[in-house]
Amino acid sequence: MAKELWEGNQAFAEAAVRAGLKAYFGYPITPQTEALEYMSARMPELGRTFLQAESELAAINMVYGAACAGVRVMTSTSSPGTSLMMEGLSYIAGTEVPMVLVDVMRAGPGLGNIAPAQADYNQIVHGGGHGDYHPIVLAPASIQETVDTVYGIFDTVEKYKAIGIVLIDGSIGQMMEAVEMPPMLEVRKDYPDWSVKGGFGSDRRVLTSIHFNPADEEKANLRRMREWQEIEKSETRFKEYYMDGAEMAVVGFGLAGRIALSAVRAARADGLPVGLLRPISLSPFPSQAVRQVAQQVDNILVVEMNSGMMLEDVLKEAKGSANVEFYGRMGGIMPFPDEILSEIKRILAGTTRSDAHPREQWLKRMESIA
Amino acid sequence: MEVLEMKDMEVIYEHPKTLIDINTHYCPGCTHGVAHRLIAEVIDEMGMKETTIGVASVGCSAFAYSYFNFDFVGAAHGRAPAMATGIKRVRPDRIVFTYQGDGDMMSIGTGEIVAAAGRGENITVIFLNNANFGMTGGQMAPTTLPGMKTSSSPNGRDVEQMGFPLRACELLASQDGASYIVRRSLHDPKNIRMAKKAIRIAFETQVRGLGFSMVELLSTCPTNWRLTPFKAAQWLEEKMIPYYPLGDIKVIPAISELKI
Repeated sequence: MAKELWEGNQAFAEAAVRAGLKAYFGYPITPQTEALEYMSARMPELGRTFLQAESELAAINMVYGAACAGVRVMTSTSSPGTSLMMEGLSYIAGTEVPMVLVDVMRAGPGLGNIAPAQADYNQIVHGGGHGDYHPIVLAPASIQETVDTVYGIFDTVEKYKAIGIVLIDGSIGQMMEAVEMPPMLEVRKDYPDWSVKGGFGSDRRVLTSIHFNPADEEKANLRRMREWQEIEKSETRFKEYYMDGAEMAVVGFGLAGRIALSAVRAARADGLPVGLLRPISLSPFPSQAVRQVAQQVDNILVVEMNSGMMLEDVLKEAKGSANVEFYGRMGGIMPFPDEILSEIKRILAGTTRSDAHPREQWLKRMESIA
Repeated sequence: MEVLEMKDMEVIYEHPKTLIDINTHYCPGCTHGVAHRLIAEVIDEMGMKETTIGVASVGCSAFAYSYFNFDFVGAAHGRAPAMATGIKRVRPDRIVFTYQGDGDMMSIGTGEIVAAAGRGENITVIFLNNANFGMTGGQMAPTTLPGMKTSSSPNGRDVEQMGFPLRACELLASQDGASYIVRRSLHDPKNIRMAKKAIRIAFETQVRGLGFSMVELLSTCPTNWRLTPFKAAQWLEEKMIPYYPLGDIKVIPAISELKI
């Protein structure tokens, strides 16, 4: 299929449609709304289910119901909406039914603004909802990668009866790029054996997150944690760029990783031995890859559009092996490649080395912004 | 003496097939068991045991799925109408109902229930109103009567401080999307029979695709009301019915014309 120009939000919506999505429930919120609008026309046109919910709370619980009925179902939202969905996500995790959420991140906390950010990392990756569970979280860095990720994630979540979250920021949602759309899949006609469909007596299914007996809940949580070990083995994804012979690595996910790639290319053009590690699966986190990179290089620079949330996960793996530093922009500000390039050059010069926590050092360097 | 064999006798009343024959966790004198039985009888009579999906809510009836012998899901607190919407929209060929208490539906879940009624969602809601949060130990609910003592209104509900009770039926009946909104009571046999008929009509409404149906059932909570089951039934009749008048609050013509 030929490449077409697509806006990010509409592109991931169409990718989900082509993955055989049966139902979409959502609520308007910038910078994600075009996905909802697109679905409002596209889904009914194909005889599928679209419903604009009265809130993100309702949207995620409609998703919960449809997921229990065993159909391919998704929602999309942006950061404040994601906060509201945390309740539903926890119940869905406890019930073990598959569903997909696309979170188009904006700046916060609170109402913040509608500009791109990556500050949902903690609430998504480390679980904002209560209880012991992990969602599968993938962070693509371009519209094509977003399309491919959304298209593929339904199979993954159905395999594990897991929550799949595609984490992008407002700029990927709102910009336009050339995209090759995947082929159209039909909506599945059959329903999985575990789903509720109207069953009597021995054919009865009960789907709930309750395990009232603590011993049963612990058993269920242990089982889920063991399943997660399997997911860690099979579903970890990352991409390395210019890592051959690199003595320094930049680590960044999503758009920050993509901007960092421009900085790394510029550094390489200047003859600097710098590479990039871009985690794609944030959960499961590519811990092994970070450890290996940390053993290879002397310095790691973590770049994020937040105050260093993934930084902590990198530090856990890299501490002791490499010097780790951090550069972040917040509040809806995106880092420019030349800002990252000057950080690379500063670190390689080796004159600012400190034992202080990377965030402390960064906050000090950010004093000019006040 | 003539011996009557079982096979010679006509069965005129039996345990509903869709109600599992076990003891419930409900307190003695609580009307949840009555409500469960009425729903089960109606589902049996309508031949819907293989096409119904129930949505349990949070509160005493969180474990309703333990007693019904067909598919059930358990919703988050107050979100049952949203979850039911999700199921019904992807399985419109199935009968979907929520079973909610007044704490669940009229406190934390007002947004979801009003929106579902407004959309005319083709689901059925069985709403048990016992004027308090039963499961957590009898705290004040939005439905608690003025002056009524609860564990969180120990001096009685002071309307100056805590406002007035919400009337679910009257609120939902004002929505164009609502089709069948009625209030019944479970305090005596006559009213129980009327409640069953209303539950039947509510499910018939859904089967015919006529839109949103809700049956409010005034219910007793002897444990938290600190009354004997008998006194609780009397209290319901004397105190609750004047505040929550029984009757058909809204019935669209297509449903009034139903012959069952």
